[in-house]
Amino acid sequence: MAGTVDKSLPMEYQTQQSQMNILGFWVFLGAEIVLFATLFATYFVLQDRTVGGPTAQDMFVLRDVLILTFILLTSSFTCGLAIHEMRRNNENGVLLWLAVTMVLGMAFIGMEVFEFIHYVDMGATMQTSAFLSSLYALLGTHGLHVTLGVGWMLAIILQVYRRGLTHVTTRKIFIVSLYWHFLDVVWIFIFTFVYIQGMVM
Amino acid sequence: MGNGIKFSEILVTGDPLILASQIAILLTSIAIVAGLTYFNKWSWLWREWLTTVDHKKIGIMYIIAGVVMFFRGGMDGLMMRAQTSQPGLEILSSQHYNEVFTAHGVIMILFMAMPLLIGLMNVIIPLQIGARDVAFPQLNALSFWLFFSGAMLFNIAFVIGGAPDAGWTSYFPLAGKEFTPNVGNNYYAISLQIAGIGTLMSGINFIVTILKMRTKGMTLMRMPMFTWTSFIASIIIVAAFPIFTVALGYMALDRIFGTHIFTISGGGEPMHWANLFWLWGHPEVYIVALPAFGIFSEIIATHSRKNLYGYSSMVISIVGIAILSMLVWVHHFYTMGSGPVVNSVFSITTMLIAVPTGMKIFNWLFTMRKGRIQMTNAMLWSLAFIPTFTIGGVTGVMLAMAAADYQYHNTMFLVAHFHYVLIPGVVFAVFAALYYWWPKMFGFTLNEKIGRWHFWLFNIGFNMTFMPMFFLGLKGMSRRMFTYQEGLGWEPLLLVSFAGSLILAAGFAAFCYNIYWSFRYASRDVSNDPWDGRTLEWATASPVQHYNFAKLPEVTGIDAYWKMKKEGTTGLIKEEIEPVHMPSNSGIPFFMGVVFTIVGLFLVFEWLIPALIASFLIFVGLIMRSFDYDDGYYVGVDEVTKTEQSWRGDL
Repeated sequence: MAGTVDKSLPMEYQTQQSQMNILGFWVFLGAEIVLFATLFATYFVLQDRTVGGPTAQDMFVLRDVLILTFILLTSSFTCGLAIHEMRRNNENGVLLWLAVTMVLGMAFIGMEVFEFIHYVDMGATMQTSAFLSSLYALLGTHGLHVTLGVGWMLAIILQVYRRGLTHVTTRKIFIVSLYWHFLDVVWIFIFTFVYIQGMVM
Repeated sequence: MGNGIKFSEILVTGDPLILASQIAILLTSIAIVAGLTYFNKWSWLWREWLTTVDHKKIGIMYIIAGVVMFFRGGMDGLMMRAQTSQPGLEILSSQHYNEVFTAHGVIMILFMAMPLLIGLMNVIIPLQIGARDVAFPQLNALSFWLFFSGAMLFNIAFVIGGAPDAGWTSYFPLAGKEFTPNVGNNYYAISLQIAGIGTLMSGINFIVTILKMRTKGMTLMRMPMFTWTSFIASIIIVAAFPIFTVALGYMALDRIFGTHIFTISGGGEPMHWANLFWLWGHPEVYIVALPAFGIFSEIIATHSRKNLYGYSSMVISIVGIAILSMLVWVHHFYTMGSGPVVNSVFSITTMLIAVPTGMKIFNWLFTMRKGRIQMTNAMLWSLAFIPTFTIGGVTGVMLAMAAADYQYHNTMFLVAHFHYVLIPGVVFAVFAALYYWWPKMFGFTLNEKIGRWHFWLFNIGFNMTFMPMFFLGLKGMSRRMFTYQEGLGWEPLLLVSFAGSLILAAGFAAFCYNIYWSFRYASRDVSNDPWDGRTLEWATASPVQHYNFAKLPEVTGIDAYWKMKKEGTTGLIKEEIEPVHMPSNSGIPFFMGVVFTIVGLFLVFEWLIPALIASFLIFVGLIMRSFDYDDGYYVGVDEVTKTEQSWRGDL
């Protein structure tokens, strides 16, 4: 839908199609909340079912988790800076901060992969116990989302580089930023209710 | 891991019924390919259907798929009733019977009821709110192709690899690798996953369409009831389907990768499957029932020539039903030992659903009161719905009492109950809707006389098939029994039920014949408004031109088109016509459907490396979509004017 352009709004909201895409993405995030809530609920049901295998205390290392959290929270901040530059109509700033966000995202995934390899080395595979099955399912789904987000951001960086800041590209940047912040929020729950709780309880 | 199916095991062999199906599938496929080639229709098929993003065509494809699946699921039903018609029969082996009732349940709910209703929603919602399309036309096409991919995967299971056999609920531990080691239940996990993603996308699409694309003056409280119910159903889809996504994901992990979410041996919890399944599964009932209620509201109001009685109480009651639908799931497993407190809570919430539902029944009755009722087939189906659905509802309250449920649980009484809810509550609605909206979709009405045959055969057959099951259940026959001994007092009832199912099938055949007859012989000279309708879909041509409305209508009250007709403002002024913007066709959704089928098949067979390689094609599709900047095209003023003149006369 081409329709009218309302100049009084931020660029990503100016066309009707953009408004619909952004609303649609919010609804999608609603579905994602249900998805992660189900994963969390399952984890809570099964977190004590270790059947003699490694427990949360055996596995989690506070330092590593803090680094992971620091990386992801920082990436959410840089993603916010990208939106800030977008509002100021500074294309290079957008490209820079999106690239930084992407690199931080990759660092997060890299570290998480190492963490998984470490767990598997100590005999904690997803087949070991129900606790580990539900843990890997939760962390894996989050990690897969981050991976997808990195690929998505790359596609958007290329489009912004080629087309500049248009109604379409700004909308895409805004939506990927919603996605990225959402993953950060999910991580805060994982950090609190999986790692911290697992190490303390 | 990785010990999946071998090449030699791919084709199912050794059963004459399945061999016949394989030959039938092969011959049909050859006939379709030969026919398309002979009539030179390949490019037409690609251009007009496979790549379409037009909501009306997507809706029609959903409906065709739904009717075909109705046939497939109906054949399963017939086989079951034939098998139990006499004690000790062996028409089907016990294993084959398990596969048949599993397929029947899954197909009828997910591949018959869902596509028929989503198809109708697709065709009608944009028209009713005065829009030119849904919010995301290409996503809409993707939804369809994902649904279609899931349906095809599920259906080929019985000839390739082996069918799922753990019931449509697929409870663990039965559905786990230990007790059903063949690939059948992999098909269940993967094909429902793919179709479910498509449904979720549809839900999001309809929510945004209804919130953002209503024409000028169409406030929420002026929306037609079908749009309202579909809107609430879409919200339930978004709230419930992700739960199923996760549950099926866990099922696939447990079966294919050896994890222990639901398997006891590693500390897993089989009950957790029951919880997740019904947390989705119960709302699912209302996802299909609510739009059906909307259909009846439209038809009863139109055919009584009155406003819908108690419009706002109807809206409140559907919202109430939606909320309650998420709070009752435990009533599906009272007997699994949750304890009296939990059972009581769920017993009460379950009974509460009868309140808003009863409200709706009274609203329909009051709508008809003092109305000038027109007895078309659409209205007949709506009338038949009320008493039969009430039987289903009342027996539902009987089942809702946890203490009494220990007697009925998993008996034929339950089977009778949910068929008395779902057949009037969904199938009658779909038939009513097809008779009602057929001219809008195709430009001719279905034959009313053949329709009467369809109506009476189907209704008599339906009651004959399912009424005896109430008594069978009370006499102790549990569901899913493949055979039984003489002398239990069940024989006459089961024989009546079998005879009923044949009449039911004859009713369905009459419906198919009606479609065939009407396609060939029905008059094409049908007005845009054959039933003297009240809502906006009747304000445009039949069949609807691809841009829906030349000029978007303006709404000033409930029953917008009725008001326009009264005020004489249905016309179109030539000078007001502007170019219409339309989205372009796209091959990406079809491509994604094919890719998902291939990935799904590899996963079902547990060939993990090929599945991983093929899944990269999903990213190819996503990237193609991301870099696609096609902005659509404009339909010129001249073309719009010409099209409008062809059905309105001179402007």
